[in-house]
Amino acid sequence: MAASAVHFSDLTLGYDRYPAVHHLNGIVDAGSLLAVVGPNGAGKSTLLKGLVGTLKPLQGTIGLGSIKRQDIAYLPQAADIDRTFPLSVFDLVAAGNWHRKGLFGGFSRADQHAISDALMAVGLGGFENRVIGALSGGQLQRALFARLLLQDARLILLDEPFTAIDTKTTADLLALISRWHGEKRTVIAVLHDMDVVKQHFPQTLLLARETIAWGDTVETLRPENLLRARRMIEAHDPHAAVCDRAA
Amino acid sequence: MIYDALFAPFAEFTFMRRALVGGLALSISGGPVGVFLMLRRMSLTGDAMAHAILPGVAVGYLLFGLSIWPMTLGGLIAGFAVALLAGLVARVTVLKEDALLAAFYLLSLALGVTIVSLKGSNVDLLHVLFGSVLALGDDTLLLLAGISTITLAVMALIYRPLVLDTVDPGFLRSVSGSGTPVHLIFLALVVLNLVGGFNALGTLLAVGLMMLPAAASRFWSADITAMIGISVLIGCLSTFGGLLVSYHVSLAAGPTIILAAGTLYLVSIAFGRREGLVWKLFPSPHLSA
Repeated sequence: MAASAVHFSDLTLGYDRYPAVHHLNGIVDAGSLLAVVGPNGAGKSTLLKGLVGTLKPLQGTIGLGSIKRQDIAYLPQAADIDRTFPLSVFDLVAAGNWHRKGLFGGFSRADQHAISDALMAVGLGGFENRVIGALSGGQLQRALFARLLLQDARLILLDEPFTAIDTKTTADLLALISRWHGEKRTVIAVLHDMDVVKQHFPQTLLLARETIAWGDTVETLRPENLLRARRMIEAHDPHAAVCDRAA
Repeated sequence: MIYDALFAPFAEFTFMRRALVGGLALSISGGPVGVFLMLRRMSLTGDAMAHAILPGVAVGYLLFGLSIWPMTLGGLIAGFAVALLAGLVARVTVLKEDALLAAFYLLSLALGVTIVSLKGSNVDLLHVLFGSVLALGDDTLLLLAGISTITLAVMALIYRPLVLDTVDPGFLRSVSGSGTPVHLIFLALVVLNLVGGFNALGTLLAVGLMMLPAAASRFWSADITAMIGISVLIGCLSTFGGLLVSYHVSLAAGPTIILAAGTLYLVSIAFGRREGLVWKLFPSPHLSA
């Protein structure tokens, strides 16, 4: 049996006391490749924010076992990157070394090669000295994947990594995700494209604030589950009473 | 001839040399601070904070007269208080920092001028508002040099997280909790430089040697390190040129330094290698790949 990487127990995450993820329980096995799907507002991004630690649970806990902050790499949805900032692609990707370099650590020849290799791996070889403002949306996303490569993390969180990305780039980046899976890293990706999920992700969590289904992808994505997820989201009550569900 | 025009004023008069040293110290630390203010879209924040130090300075003046240390201390306290307050409120609530600072700016200017005029003459008021770069004493020079040194050391310390917090704050949050402290430390550096600038250029122009060179540097480079260097250079040139012009033509020194920086800014807009207006009128042919 595989060890667990992440353990949700009665987890409620939310904003202004309104739950976005409600009483979530479950275990993500170490080395698993998990897709998180669900309608807009289902709490998918919120779940990742909880995992990375930028959002504190309203209730319950997220158990990360031996995984520490520096073992987590997180690619937010449409990363809020200031692309007018005068920074080179090299420097952006080099930030993936944060945990090893900190404030002052110098970059050796080997480190520079590692950065160039990472750029090569995402199809951006030779882009080191371009400014980030000159990259297209897809190229920027590739550069951010290169940064993820350098972070060398045990738990990788991707929030809609393929939104507005063309098929070729998506295929290349999916190959990287498969590589991470092969290296026994745990990958959790929020996705909307069901075809991508079915083809590449063995496990799926269907979320609609609450768990609708979680497990084998084909089982989870059955039409009745998807319908139930959609109904769940539409039932929003602005005057909701305090939740008294027992843990 | 060239010697007379460019160097004789400094060789001959101590007050010119002191003004030059003070201005250079301000330019050296104002460069990096200004570039980051601009890149963090806080250009007007700097301006507003320059006014926020005025009530503190005015209270120092009211209690101890035109004396550097009480006025500096008052300015620091007022500046830190406003910067921390605005910074924290902006990070914790939905209110944006600029909205808060716009209110502070008006309030502080009115309050400061009122306090100064409680006691002082118009000459003192002019000193507080526009500085007296030609009357820098030993204490003031030491203060400016100290501020410059501290600024460079601290900037080196927080450089990486500050860059990341500006480009990709979400990433920095995911790898480190240093975003908020770095932002506050940076605000403290801004206050420190404004208080320094106030002594030479007054509260109204203190921000000039930070923002004008920084804004100009954008037209010369797309690399953050180079931009910082260029803005320091432009600040130093402005100090040197401004002092000379003010000496030869008998203009007020402080404003002339800022006018010199303004001139270099306009030149940069017109002729800057990156996106300068002239280059846009006559674009180079594009590359093949």
